[in-house]
Amino acid sequence: MKLSERWLREWVNPPADSAELAARLTAAGLECTTRPLTDDPPRGVVVARIRGVAPHPQAERLRICEVDAGHGSALKIVCGAPNARAGLVTAAALPGAVLPGGRAIERASLRGVESEGMLCSAAELGLGEDAGGLIELDADAAPGTPLERVLALDDRLLELELTPNRGDCLSVAGLAREVAALYVVPALGPREKPAVVSAYHSVDVTVEDSTGCPHYLGRVVTRLDPKARTPAWMRERLRRSGLRAIHPLVDVTNYVMLELGQPMHAFDCAQLKGGVRVRRARPGEKLRLLNGQTVELDAADLLIADGNGPLALAGVMGGEPSGVGAQTSAVFLESACFDPATVAAAGRRHKLNSDARYRFERGVDPALQRRALDRATVLIQQICGGEPGPIVEVGRAPAHGATIHLRHGRVERLLGCPIPARDIPPLLARLNIETQAEAAGAWRARVPTYRCDLRIEADLIEEIARLHGYERIPARSYAAQLTPHAPSERRRSLDALKDVLVARGWQEALCYSFVDPRLQDLLLPDLPAIALDNPIAETMSVLRTTLWSGLIPAWRYNRSRQQPRARLFECAACYFKDDGGSRETLRIAGLAAGSAVPEQWASPPRAVDFYDVKGDLEALFGRDAGEYRFEPQPHPALHPGQSARIFRGERPVGWLGSLHPRLSQTLELAESLVLFELDAVALCETRLPAAQPIPEFPSARRDLALVVREEIGAERLIATVREAGGLLLQSVRLFDIYRGAGLPEGHKSMALGLIFQDRSRTLNEAEIDAAVANIIAGVSAHLGASVRG
Amino acid sequence: MGTDLDELLAQARRDVETATDARALEALRVAWLGKKGRITEGLKQLGRLPPEERRQAGERLNRARDELTQALEDKARALSEQALTQRLAAETLDVTLPGRGSGAGSLHPITRTLRRIERIFTAMGFESVDGPEIEDDWHNFQALNIPESHPARAMQDTFYLFGGARLLRTHTSPVQIRTMRTRKPPIRIICSGRVYRVDFDRTHSPMFHQVEGLYVADQVSLADLKHDLQRFLSLFFEREVEAQFRPSYFPFVEPGAEMQIRWGDRWLEVLGCGLVHPNVLQAVDIDPERYTGYAFGMGVERLAMLRYGVDDLRLFFDNDLRFLEQFA
Repeated sequence: MKLSERWLREWVNPPADSAELAARLTAAGLECTTRPLTDDPPRGVVVARIRGVAPHPQAERLRICEVDAGHGSALKIVCGAPNARAGLVTAAALPGAVLPGGRAIERASLRGVESEGMLCSAAELGLGEDAGGLIELDADAAPGTPLERVLALDDRLLELELTPNRGDCLSVAGLAREVAALYVVPALGPREKPAVVSAYHSVDVTVEDSTGCPHYLGRVVTRLDPKARTPAWMRERLRRSGLRAIHPLVDVTNYVMLELGQPMHAFDCAQLKGGVRVRRARPGEKLRLLNGQTVELDAADLLIADGNGPLALAGVMGGEPSGVGAQTSAVFLESACFDPATVAAAGRRHKLNSDARYRFERGVDPALQRRALDRATVLIQQICGGEPGPIVEVGRAPAHGATIHLRHGRVERLLGCPIPARDIPPLLARLNIETQAEAAGAWRARVPTYRCDLRIEADLIEEIARLHGYERIPARSYAAQLTPHAPSERRRSLDALKDVLVARGWQEALCYSFVDPRLQDLLLPDLPAIALDNPIAETMSVLRTTLWSGLIPAWRYNRSRQQPRARLFECAACYFKDDGGSRETLRIAGLAAGSAVPEQWASPPRAVDFYDVKGDLEALFGRDAGEYRFEPQPHPALHPGQSARIFRGERPVGWLGSLHPRLSQTLELAESLVLFELDAVALCETRLPAAQPIPEFPSARRDLALVVREEIGAERLIATVREAGGLLLQSVRLFDIYRGAGLPEGHKSMALGLIFQDRSRTLNEAEIDAAVANIIAGVSAHLGASVRG
Repeated sequence: MGTDLDELLAQARRDVETATDARALEALRVAWLGKKGRITEGLKQLGRLPPEERRQAGERLNRARDELTQALEDKARALSEQALTQRLAAETLDVTLPGRGSGAGSLHPITRTLRRIERIFTAMGFESVDGPEIEDDWHNFQALNIPESHPARAMQDTFYLFGGARLLRTHTSPVQIRTMRTRKPPIRIICSGRVYRVDFDRTHSPMFHQVEGLYVADQVSLADLKHDLQRFLSLFFEREVEAQFRPSYFPFVEPGAEMQIRWGDRWLEVLGCGLVHPNVLQAVDIDPERYTGYAFGMGVERLAMLRYGVDDLRLFFDNDLRFLEQFA
């Protein structure tokens, strides 16, 4: 909310300058900043009255105005504005004046006629966007008066960012109350008196839904002057709060809303059929709104309706057909209290924002309606004349807000510092909260109607703290009540996993959880992703089913910025549809691109490959590496010949492979990528180390080169060797692979180092020979392997 | 023999002196001091000398043997020293060449900040707990005293899923709700992780990270909260941070506050906090008369930006390697 500081100071004038006032409000929880109305005010511009207008002899669109600018003698000023007319009081920039933007005004000849200055539009003066005609000032402004004095251009703006609980401060009156409470000064406001009823016209009001509308007041004002104009002072105040002048009746309702906090609505009586009815919408009803939009109403929408149907969406926006216009000569003014939840729901349902909705959903004072209606009536009479009819009222204004029990002990317990009991009633009285002592150290507090946000004891305690000063609550050291805890040693932390990868040169990325569905469909075409109902962009519209959907774009981003190499990993959740609901699993995934090691002198360049990354994964598995298996299996995103499904025991826990060349091509990636993704939770499971005695006797090694068919994998060969090797075979090391001359077509030779050991003695040659023979027999029988000659 | 021996010895010394390697030295040693070496032979023949000459000749021969042995050893040492020097010279590396690096890895600055925050709160007796990112309306809003029509919902524009049946959590507070439902006070926890709001511009990211804390026990006050948060901020920034408390509003706390720290000549809001609203405690079956609690929440990105001097929020999610590697 923006507000003229001068306006506020008419209500309450604490001994503090703008900056101090803003700081005090901010410290009290009402975030406030202040700035000058304009940094570039017009200089040398005065009030001027047009005495007469004559045509320009040379130009059809220009006229010569005879202007009284307070000099005694009249000035001749050439002007092209359509509203230049005799009697108009406007602004004249006399020679020597400087308009905003540094535009200097001099005497000038316009198509052969000397002009002694320039008459100005609001836009030229930097006072709004209206450039369509001369600014129209109030008729009683004295010619020659500096414009800045008439329009108070030295005013400052207060800009408030109020939290949703403080709807009571969304007006001059409300803010004045708060300032008065903070500075302990009176809040005055203009003298208000009820309008005198001088006509009998009225409109019947029926409220069908008193929950949605607990209080409704209406009044007809007839015989209005359709030519009336909103006075300049009111236009300026509206403008300073960011509102445009539209029509005197609308402007008055807006003005009263800014001044008192009551949103109002003005209906053109000529457009009403019969009485008005506050009711919920019926099926199929529609309403064309003031913003030009037509909405299909919902049965939960609260309406103002007449014999013809909906007139307005209660508390949100009026309808266009019943709105006031240039022809309006009688108005039905509405001043009502609507239920915050009903207004909020309708506003959200139809995506409509308005100043009325903003205030109603934060709670409008339920006792304010009559005062606001009277104030609006008086202002309308001042501007448009008219004869007010009697007020029609349905429902009653409550006498006070909530009644709350307040205990002194609770105040001190929650705030954690002593606050004398005798200080509490006066503090609350500053906020117009009445207290009545109930028992020792307990009160019954009665909250004013406008503080809808104060409902429970804790709310009052916050008010006490606010006025007492949050800064005066000490930071108190205390003994915390703890439940001791320690992480299980049977789980590795995600931090530990990340540290392994970081130590091996990987960089952690953080990608959005929502990704481009087109990319994800390429990677996992058969797995439906969860879509956002309201995504920010199509490229961020589905949740990740694989972290690769984030890492691949991250690599593309870097690649297009001349980065030749990456080891990117991420540890985050993936999201899946699951039996009508959803499931989240934590994954850890990586992408490797570019050379195996950063470009360097010591080794020839080589592109990263499957085994580089597999080595990193084995490091990641750590002590549990023996429980993992890699099995060739196809994956839609991976190269069919370089794709492994990873198992821990029998449980599939992830994938490792190279990006499918077809995808590389589609994604315009020239180089190949190695990708992995693992279930992070499965990875975290581990056993407690169980120490084994260190062998006392020496081990023996035999090397064996076995020739097998190409399709037999290392893991299978080693498993078969282990099986045949029996208990004496302690470990197997694969130290060489040979393909080529001397081997049959489609075969390879794998050289194994076999380590034999017995815990209780030194093995003799014969025992080892027997074990090796067993192994050879085993691999021959199961895999058709032979010893390389 | 006397002069003879002297000449011989001089000859031997010259030979030793001019020997160029260990093998030549060994040959000299054999020739002079070996079983059939000249000095050994000389000693063998001592017996044939008359007794009066024998002693003197023996002494001379022994001295000659000792001297020669010493000369051989000295020369051997010198040669080996020389060989080592040559080898060392040959093996000299350009130590300024870079190592066979595999590239430095790095933790993301957000992870780094999260760890730091978690470590400090762990030291202050908080336990870290987790919860899901896909939530329902009850856990994310209603249990936190944010009913359907509450204007505070507009403060946290929400990503919805499954036609509104689920949502992406807008804060980590649902984890507090889940924890309070399953545990009894005292509860002293922090929860951290990704949160989501429909907001995307220079200063807002649709995904960001929060750490929230909760302490529910017999007597928890605003003064306790102030103490813990000031302590946290000073530990986090490794200096006494000038901080101020000021009233604010979050539906799930009452009284509510925000904390600002002095940063240069400005006050920056770094976290929101307050005493847990009685409605929230009631929603999780904790008696608000018996127990009170405090809660706080902070944006991790904001703290990371202040700590590391990052001036653009978007850098955290671009994953530009040139940015990431600065946190190696």
